[in-house]
Amino acid sequence: MSKTITIDSKAIPFEEGQTIMEAAAAAGIYIPHLCHHPDYTPHGSCKLCNVKVNGRVCSACTFPAMEGQEILNETKELNDDRRKITQMLFVEGNHLCPGCEKSGNCKLQAVGYYLNMLDNHFVHFFARRNLDASHPEVLIDLNRCIFCTLCVRASQQKDGKDVFAISGRGINKQLIFNAESGLLKDTDLEATDEAAHICPTGAILIKRTGYHVPIGERIYDHKQIDQVSLETEHPEHGK
Amino acid sequence: MANKIRLATTSLAGCFGCHTSFLDIDERLLKLAEVVEFDRSPLTDIEHCNPCDIGLIEGGVCNSENIHTLREFRKHCKILVAVGACAINGGLPGYRNTIPLEECLGESYLDGIGVENPQIPSDPELPLLLNKVYPIHEVVKIDYSLPGCPPSADVFWKFLTDLIDGREPSLPYELVHYD
Amino acid sequence: MKQFIQNLAEKNGYQASHLLQILKAIQFRYHYVPEGAIEQLAGLLHIPRTRIISVVEFYSFFHSYPKGQYELLISDSITDHMLDKINLTAYLARQLKVAVGGVREDGLVSLDNTSCTGMCDQGPAGMVNGHALTKLDHARIDAIADLINQQKPLAEWPAELFQVEDNIRKPGLLLTQQIGHGAALRAAFKRGLPETLTEIEQSGLRGRGGAGFKTAMKWRFCSEEAQSERYVVCNADEGEPGTFKDRVLLNSYAHQVFEGMTLCAAIIGAKQGFLYLRGEYLHLLDKLQGILDERRKAGLLGSNILREGLDFDIEIRMGAGAYICGEESALIESLEGKPGIPRNRPPYPVTQGYLGKPTVVNNVETFLAAAGIALNGGGWFANVGTDKSKGTKILSISGDCPCPGIYEYPFGTSIQSVLTDCGANDVLGIQIGGPSGAFISNQEFDRKLAFEDLATGGSFIIFNNSRNILDIVHNFTHFFAHESCGFCTPCRVGTSLLKKQLDKIHEGHGSAGDVAALEELCRLVKKQSHCGLGQTAANPILTTLERYPELYQSRLKKISYEPGFDLDGALEIARRMANRTDAAAHLAQVGEDHE
Repeated sequence: MSKTITIDSKAIPFEEGQTIMEAAAAAGIYIPHLCHHPDYTPHGSCKLCNVKVNGRVCSACTFPAMEGQEILNETKELNDDRRKITQMLFVEGNHLCPGCEKSGNCKLQAVGYYLNMLDNHFVHFFARRNLDASHPEVLIDLNRCIFCTLCVRASQQKDGKDVFAISGRGINKQLIFNAESGLLKDTDLEATDEAAHICPTGAILIKRTGYHVPIGERIYDHKQIDQVSLETEHPEHGK
Repeated sequence: MANKIRLATTSLAGCFGCHTSFLDIDERLLKLAEVVEFDRSPLTDIEHCNPCDIGLIEGGVCNSENIHTLREFRKHCKILVAVGACAINGGLPGYRNTIPLEECLGESYLDGIGVENPQIPSDPELPLLLNKVYPIHEVVKIDYSLPGCPPSADVFWKFLTDLIDGREPSLPYELVHYD
Repeated sequence: MKQFIQNLAEKNGYQASHLLQILKAIQFRYHYVPEGAIEQLAGLLHIPRTRIISVVEFYSFFHSYPKGQYELLISDSITDHMLDKINLTAYLARQLKVAVGGVREDGLVSLDNTSCTGMCDQGPAGMVNGHALTKLDHARIDAIADLINQQKPLAEWPAELFQVEDNIRKPGLLLTQQIGHGAALRAAFKRGLPETLTEIEQSGLRGRGGAGFKTAMKWRFCSEEAQSERYVVCNADEGEPGTFKDRVLLNSYAHQVFEGMTLCAAIIGAKQGFLYLRGEYLHLLDKLQGILDERRKAGLLGSNILREGLDFDIEIRMGAGAYICGEESALIESLEGKPGIPRNRPPYPVTQGYLGKPTVVNNVETFLAAAGIALNGGGWFANVGTDKSKGTKILSISGDCPCPGIYEYPFGTSIQSVLTDCGANDVLGIQIGGPSGAFISNQEFDRKLAFEDLATGGSFIIFNNSRNILDIVHNFTHFFAHESCGFCTPCRVGTSLLKKQLDKIHEGHGSAGDVAALEELCRLVKKQSHCGLGQTAANPILTTLERYPELYQSRLKKISYEPGFDLDGALEIARRMANRTDAAAHLAQVGEDHE
């Protein structure tokens, strides 16, 4: 008998060492997430994947699956909170979808759609953030950065570089680039690097590739992120 | 006629794209007209809002006139709806929020390329610009939001028919878009 | 500068884990961390420059731009405010001709606020170049302004400006009598280390930082880990506003604290210990180093301690202005020379702590108590207190009372008897456990100090009836927004939203739904945040909202909605640039007939 946890009353098998997120995904259950990507060390910072484990709130992407866990995932309470956390990300940065190349393929947006987020609810910060267009092939618009650190991790863990880091504290955090000038063009980032493609939002874009896919054919135009996530991040379990 | 639902619409810092999209409900307009009467709106010549059931606001709040208009709508509309990305978060006009207003005005009227006779317009008839473009929910209470740039005709149709038929309005996945 | 940094790196063994210590020396010397220093250090320590920049930008006491040669900071604790801090700071700014938050043009002096410096019983307090200043008043400020304008080196400043008092008002079980140097260790070795751990278990000692985890259990878990390289860490990052008892313990009971750490090392099998001392307690550093030397000479630290075959030493590492480093996993990150961002748990520090090795992190007071228990036995401690909370608790009492200072009480003592002892009267309420704790009203003074009733890390701030509760909550809420590390969304964005929403109500711009919206946000931040900071950041609002809902409601305007920003103020730039003064160039904050 393999070990099991239950998610929303459904018994799910897991292997020792798996996180709740991994066990869920392997069983074809989507838990909303933005900072998590199965190829990288879990980070646990966006808090969208918070689930209730035996009554306690835990991040599914970092919390180990353990025998006997009764987990709540798709509840109104959790999804209401997840919607508000998503709205927090929207008001913290400057996410003006109509003017963003990533629109339609953006995970932040897709999570908003999935959670039926119709407005931004909170007051906007209108933070002044920079845009770095110095690199010949890659553009970074910090207005859209949500501090998921996927680019930081991809650069370190996949590209064998160290192009990105998060600096600062609290609401004054910012993504910084590893160059004496502080400019992207002076880093060793290449457009083929995984780090240049991993951004869930439109903060990191490859130049001259925008709007190649017409509206109506973009990733999230018709498919919800739960389905896309299971298909692309866990191909064997896509619906 | 007296029992018709009164609907008012306006565009603040918007492009009238949402209004155009509204008109894209095409022949369904006739159906709508059976139960709805338009009050203040670019579609009528009514200058000021009368007591209404529903007010649709397109665009964000970028100047003092927008504030006055928005307040008039809030005062007269039982249900006030933020329509489109600009009303919800400032939208494309909100791009100016990352640039200080001094620089915006300076570039446009004082020292930008091609500026002749540099001066900041000061006619009292002109509304003054706010330091930022604000979403309308930060100025008045909003009851519903319809995302999209613009929201599609189907969004307007689904939302209004829900309201008119006494259902809690809701949008299915395919109708929720921020662009 | 090149040589200075080269020497500094060498002195620190080119260890990246020493980054904070290195940056402190650079900041002290240059009053900022120059870009050139970052480049050079990156090479010397073999770490990316971004790692150094992220540390500089994380900690409040490091700066990327030059501060004054005299860096003045004024403590922003609520107790400082109650002692007229705002006016005194303004006076200081005038005397020195420097703006709060700014650097004077000649670069001589800078002035800013800083989170509570742990001098609440002798405020208003501040710091100059990291050294604590106490009991600031007009006379002292005049003196300080003169000294700075004359460019007198700090060494020549009168000692009384830096005088820090213990103010031990009521010693109890732990504070009445200090153990002899080495007495606890000798007793432990004599009894046997496993037997001593059993004594600690039987004493019922629980962590004194506030969380209350059983100390013996933590030590046992750590000792049972497979990894043999283990660490002992004493958490002296006493950042909770209103807490200063660890400062007193380290000033006057340091031997016993170090003895408790050594005892822990003997039991868990650690060779290296760290005292993580908050940056604000720089004034204690030399004295503590001296005591460590003394103990090495006495055979109580170093190799073969008491000839029992125990090898253990203690290194002091300084923090640099980050409340979050009081959280144990953030503290460990900081010890490793990184930004203090709490780790994901599990794994807990007892299994993977410093450098990924099993680590015990305990509060100063916990080690002090453990040493006492090793000497006197578990019963000595367990006979005091309540069933669930054994022993005593050392309180830092400040605010509206004639005798602020250190008081030690058996658990189970009522709040009223504490108030009687410190002479407080006309009391409105008490903030117990600091901003992250709870506000209790004067209807609850029969409640007791205990983990099962009112748990506290030691902060006990008294407010009399002249105080305004919303001012207090305002101070605490801003504190959390300032100290959030920014790792997780609910805390990073949520604490700033809490600040905005509370300010709106506090400033009288709230309307019908604003209190409900505030409460909803509180619940979200509390429930979904990553660590204790976020999970408690809404407590000041929640605990006062529960007790004084009418106070919040009374601030609301009887209208359906008011904008969260100043409408007329938002027209100011355009009005000025267009030279307009007519009526149409202004906006009322609410519609004419209140919509």
